[in-house]
Amino acid sequence: MSGVFSPTRAKIKERTLRTDKWWLEPAITFGVLFSFVIYATFRAFEGANYYKDHLISPFYSPCLSEACVPGATLFGWTPVSAEIFNFALSPALIILIFPLGFRMTCYYYRKAYYRAFWLSPPACAVAEPHTKYTGETRAPLILQNAHRWFFYAGLLLNVILTYDAVISFKNPEGQWGHMSVGSLVLVVSSTLLWFYSLSCHTCRHTIGGRLKHFSAHPVRYKLWTWVSALNHKHQQFAWYSLAGVAFADIYVRQVATGAWTNFYFF
Amino acid sequence: MARKLNLRIWRGDSTDGGLKDVQVDVNEGEVVLDVIHRVQATQMGDLAVRWNCKAGKCGSCSMEINGKPRLACMTQVASFGEDETITVTPLRAFPVIKDLVTDVSFNYKKAMEIPAYEPPKELAPGEARMEQIDVERSQEFRKCIECFLCQDTCHVIRDHEENKKSFAGPRFFIRIAELDMHPLDMLKNRKRTAQEEHGLGMCNITKCCTEVCPEHIKITDNAIIPMKERVVDIKYDPARMFAGLLKREKRS
Repeated sequence: MSGVFSPTRAKIKERTLRTDKWWLEPAITFGVLFSFVIYATFRAFEGANYYKDHLISPFYSPCLSEACVPGATLFGWTPVSAEIFNFALSPALIILIFPLGFRMTCYYYRKAYYRAFWLSPPACAVAEPHTKYTGETRAPLILQNAHRWFFYAGLLLNVILTYDAVISFKNPEGQWGHMSVGSLVLVVSSTLLWFYSLSCHTCRHTIGGRLKHFSAHPVRYKLWTWVSALNHKHQQFAWYSLAGVAFADIYVRQVATGAWTNFYFF
Repeated sequence: MARKLNLRIWRGDSTDGGLKDVQVDVNEGEVVLDVIHRVQATQMGDLAVRWNCKAGKCGSCSMEINGKPRLACMTQVASFGEDETITVTPLRAFPVIKDLVTDVSFNYKKAMEIPAYEPPKELAPGEARMEQIDVERSQEFRKCIECFLCQDTCHVIRDHEENKKSFAGPRFFIRIAELDMHPLDMLKNRKRTAQEEHGLGMCNITKCCTEVCPEHIKITDNAIIPMKERVVDIKYDPARMFAGLLKREKRS
């Protein structure tokens, strides 16, 4: 008997006496994240329908495999073989570890999935089902400290996805100065990713949070106040950017399969 | 105008106890502590309850109200439905002494384990000066009233008694953060001891401490995560690791 049922604590048999719908938030989080994981897994292994007329899915960018369709690569650079051990490697599998790692180690998502998936705890003041707990002190959870590594990689990816959004302002013939619904989708998606990255706790720390003397570094202090303001909305940016990336991929896939037509505004 | 309120109060001690139903008058504008006092005055003369300021500033009347850690003096009865039964129990993370009173001495032991502020040796008492923007940062943490609701709701110790040895808890992480962010604090190893001795790594960022804080201190965002990031600075940062390798190569 441990935790709230320990011998010296008040003898209460219920795991929680909360009367509100404390289970609703973790249930919704579980449903949305699980759906995203299923969809992303399907798309990562599909290895097709990720490029059409200068629109590339964020799941496949940068496309670094020799298997990438013409036009999808970054400046024609394909350093990774199309097959590894006779296994046809989807180009998405090469790069998805970086956005996946960034989100998995994100301080907000940690809260979300520890509660929703691992029930540790399912909600505040609701007893968790685990008999032992060591937190993030040992493997594998000590790897959460790699968040900063993924943050740096994520910034690089954001630059590439912003470049993809810029490239989408070409028409199918490759002429600049045209804008389609696809351009809009990629611009919104990459912008949300920038907000998600710049509002990150690691960004806040790196930009100025690590200082002891704010007064001695007025520029970094000012930047820190701006990032702090964004940081208040980090949870929202985490969800919006996830939805943005998912929708951008769905849109490109639908256009690539011919199910939807990419409408050009001009 | 008075109305009747259905209240369930946990009564007992460390050996046994249970929830007792009572009906009590409640007036408009009253808080849960008011009705507990009325029960004490009219029906349960020996009901044990800890309280002091009745203004949300002393942190004494911490308890769990409908399962949530809260201050009884700051919880309006009107925030519950008129037909709702309000259940009041002692804090469930600490040993119970009697009725609604718990033994929170764990927190005082942990407080003594946190090394104090170490002023610069070259400054005599009274000579230290700080800029306002440096003061403001730690001022948020000084709002803590030591109600220990954050400690109570933290599942690391609430659900795992054995972790109390190695985990200081959110209240003391804000103390460590306050000192580590202090421009004049000279103690060098706060980050390392935060992780290795006070159990910072056990926190998994579920933010319950922030949710229950009656002073609205952003415990997780402004203290725990920044401290975790400071630990990353000294132990896991790729850029610093690379710089360290270069330095070592130069030396060799």
